[in-house]
Amino acid sequence: MSGSDPAEARREAPVAFFRERFGVDARTVERALGVALERRVDASDLYFEYGVQDAVVLEEGIVKSGERHVEQGVGVRVQTGERQGYAHSDEITVESLELAATTARAISESRAAPSRVAVQARGAGRDLYPVATAPSEVPVASKVKLLGEMDAYARSRDARVKQVMASVVSQHQHVLIATHDGQLVGDVRPLVRLNIQVIAADGNHREVGYQGTGGRYEMARLFDPEVWKPLVDDAVRIALLNLDAVPCPAGSMDVVLGPGWPGILLHEAIGHGLEGDFNRKKTSAFSDRLGQRVAAPGVTVVDDGTIPERRGSLNVDDEGTPTQRTVLIEDGVLVGYLQDKLNARLMGMEPTGNGRRESYAHLPMPRMTNTFMLAGPDDPAEILRSVERGLYAVSFGGGQVDITSGKFVFSANEAYRIENGRLGAPVKGATLIGNGPDVLTRVTRIGNDLKLDLGVGSCGKDGQSVPVGVGLPTLRIDGLTVGGTET
Amino acid sequence: MSDRKTIADNGLGSPQASDRNAIAGNGLGSPQASTTTDRALVGADAVARALARAKQAGASEADAMLLEADSISSRVRGAEIDFVTQARERVLGIRTFVRQAGGLSCGSTSTSDLAPATIDRMADEAVALARATAPDASAGLPAAGFASDAPDLALFDPADRHVAIEARIEDARRAEAAARAVDARIVNSEGSQVSSEFRSVVYGNSAGFIGSYESASHALFSEPVARENGAMQRDYWLTAARRLDRLEDAAAVGRRAAERALRRLSAKRVATCEVPVLFEPLAARSLLGHLAGCVSGGAIYREASFLAGRLGERIASELVTVIDDGRLPGGLGSRPFDGEGQPTRRNVILDQGVLKTYLLDSYSARKLGMKSTGSAARGAAGSPSPAATNLWLEPGKLPPEEMIRRTERGLLVTELIGMGFNPVTGDYSRGAAGQWIEDGRVVHAVEEITIAGQLGAMLAAIDLVGSDLLWAGSVAAPTVRIANMTVAGS
Repeated sequence: MSGSDPAEARREAPVAFFRERFGVDARTVERALGVALERRVDASDLYFEYGVQDAVVLEEGIVKSGERHVEQGVGVRVQTGERQGYAHSDEITVESLELAATTARAISESRAAPSRVAVQARGAGRDLYPVATAPSEVPVASKVKLLGEMDAYARSRDARVKQVMASVVSQHQHVLIATHDGQLVGDVRPLVRLNIQVIAADGNHREVGYQGTGGRYEMARLFDPEVWKPLVDDAVRIALLNLDAVPCPAGSMDVVLGPGWPGILLHEAIGHGLEGDFNRKKTSAFSDRLGQRVAAPGVTVVDDGTIPERRGSLNVDDEGTPTQRTVLIEDGVLVGYLQDKLNARLMGMEPTGNGRRESYAHLPMPRMTNTFMLAGPDDPAEILRSVERGLYAVSFGGGQVDITSGKFVFSANEAYRIENGRLGAPVKGATLIGNGPDVLTRVTRIGNDLKLDLGVGSCGKDGQSVPVGVGLPTLRIDGLTVGGTET
Repeated sequence: MSDRKTIADNGLGSPQASDRNAIAGNGLGSPQASTTTDRALVGADAVARALARAKQAGASEADAMLLEADSISSRVRGAEIDFVTQARERVLGIRTFVRQAGGLSCGSTSTSDLAPATIDRMADEAVALARATAPDASAGLPAAGFASDAPDLALFDPADRHVAIEARIEDARRAEAAARAVDARIVNSEGSQVSSEFRSVVYGNSAGFIGSYESASHALFSEPVARENGAMQRDYWLTAARRLDRLEDAAAVGRRAAERALRRLSAKRVATCEVPVLFEPLAARSLLGHLAGCVSGGAIYREASFLAGRLGERIASELVTVIDDGRLPGGLGSRPFDGEGQPTRRNVILDQGVLKTYLLDSYSARKLGMKSTGSAARGAAGSPSPAATNLWLEPGKLPPEEMIRRTERGLLVTELIGMGFNPVTGDYSRGAAGQWIEDGRVVHAVEEITIAGQLGAMLAAIDLVGSDLLWAGSVAAPTVRIANMTVAGS
């Protein structure tokens, strides 16, 4: 390693990590790929992973336990046509690797001409998330201290705060990806997250509020009161607000979404439906709609895995493809899909750096990174004033979509009635439901205040969870169905 | 053909590969094959090593769980195999307690590397973590009452280990072909997927308990897509069991899935209204899932459940009896002992609507001044927490057709989406798809609507319970009718 050149060091670090810890070197990788390629296949790759997850959780005023989980393993994949063979093992040894390669290649029908693979280490070309201290090296005592301060601060905010749960969780992951066309690329991925949940009670009436933040950056940043105090304030505020909330109205109405986390709308309504696998199989409500209008003029939606320090960002995806900024909808017209290598090849398109997986135990598939809508021209305050009667939703729990029918739903945990252009009473339990290919055509105002979320999103698909980000400017959507109890 | 054989030869289902010792003999776990410095420990040896080391490092109490799983899965889409995967996983979880003034403090670690040196290091780290956390008067292992019996719960059929992967792929093919043959409008699919997993669990603790069991689970899932007038609808059907011979016939699963997708075609929205809402078994079981979370001891002692402090009260209609039984023979949630070595048992949660018990592990039991209900759920990694095992709502006498006939105007929910349930308040609001009922008959499909209420009020308003209890996992329900809910639509 030529220690002086940081680019060289970055390229070498993950490679050296797996060589030193597991004896995995270029020769090992070439042999395993050679075994995998003894059959006629279109592609093959190896994915090595070593990850350390740490969690410290506070409840009832004390940190009751600390946890550390070490996960390691290797996955071997072979593709031929639409078929994929995959085998993985939690032992990273030469023998388990070759056995896995033998299993994975078994999907192929015919023997290939003998070929040799020569891999060449390649850097990710950039580092979107350099950290001086790996999260796994941060002393537990400093996390315990932080959580104690958050607990005391939350309880000092209001006597109605009855329960505080707070946690610091982190992941430090090394990955190494080797491909049949000779690439060997690694990545070192830090990920930190701070969460707080507050239960406030007024007599027998209890309500919950939560907030969190995180990303791929130094954990020490979370220890800054300017970072954690606003989270606590927010969680307390939402819990208290919900004590005064009225039942949510039910029916079709005009909805204003606040900036930031409400971008979950894009994730559910649009993002999943534009993932390459569903479109290659034509099971998405967006299938065969490239070039068509799917949103109002002025609506531009992108997926960008290259934003420094973001939770959804990656230097390279889990197939070794550098991440990029992909425009999905441009001025209301559908222009792009999110692709991994398999679906890009089968659709005659280019991979977009969206091939992701939860771990070595999972097959990669097209997934989002950070998905957001670009800012528009409108003043957010003016957008609120433009609505006579409706709902203003600023924070959400989670959402879900049926890719095939296009129907999506997401649930607000902070929302207000809008009456005559002014904010009215807070409402509880608002669920919004709509139709993906249709909802953005009903956008009538786009704010000039694009915000990305605080870095807490996780996306589930086919049982695999990956960290993602979303973002949105203030947005007005007309005629969205709100699911409440008041008719 | 020869290639399919190759899958089988390396497959889990094949005799030589299904035997764990044989896998080690193949080189996966053998010492000479390993590039780590020492030989990986297996089974009870790994657990014993962890406990001994934790004690040596200063733990006053400790427990450890080793989970080993071999699994295969495959998906067929149309006539083609989409993927075949094979996996072998192991995790050793170590939990340690250190005595400090005022109680025990706790630290947990886990590793998939079972080399003795790694086990030692992870035990040491668990103790170090415990020293950094706060003492808690309620923490620690159960004082007594560890499982002393070894009931045969029919958790696997030894013969299933010899079933070749091709046979499972053939099941997926049959489901897929049957689904597509039902109707010309079944034009596509997300595929039909099969999986088989063989699992072994060893749990031991410093109180002297050690126990182990083996189990299997097999499943088949089919998800066809129907198309008409340019609109597409998907739906699914599934079967899951501990033994292959208990799975529903593959072709029947495919047909049922296709029929469900077809009936969703030409769905309409309905105007916002308040009507009786029927939940089909797969939708109704999600209500039990919400209930289980709200009676879990963790949510109770934190007062994070609307059912905290309501033991002995009638919280649901008299028609509602909900049982959790960790020893149901062949149950997908069955196990002889829980994640703390306590014997599993039958717990009646709701008896004709009256809340009879919470689900408790030893920690939440101590916090609440109660006794463990044998409900400690634990993956190998991390601390246990109370959860349901096999959870079901006792069926009534009415066939679902009769329940529909008795509904003048209402909604039959067939699928729910979204996360709109708040256990603290019981507030419920989820996206729904289903069938609209007029004059006691299903008249058309409905979509893009939500249903909303409050779980306690919903359980209290259950006025019909069907006879069609359906097991397709560890939570089961028959069709139920809730007398009145808000449906939001156009």
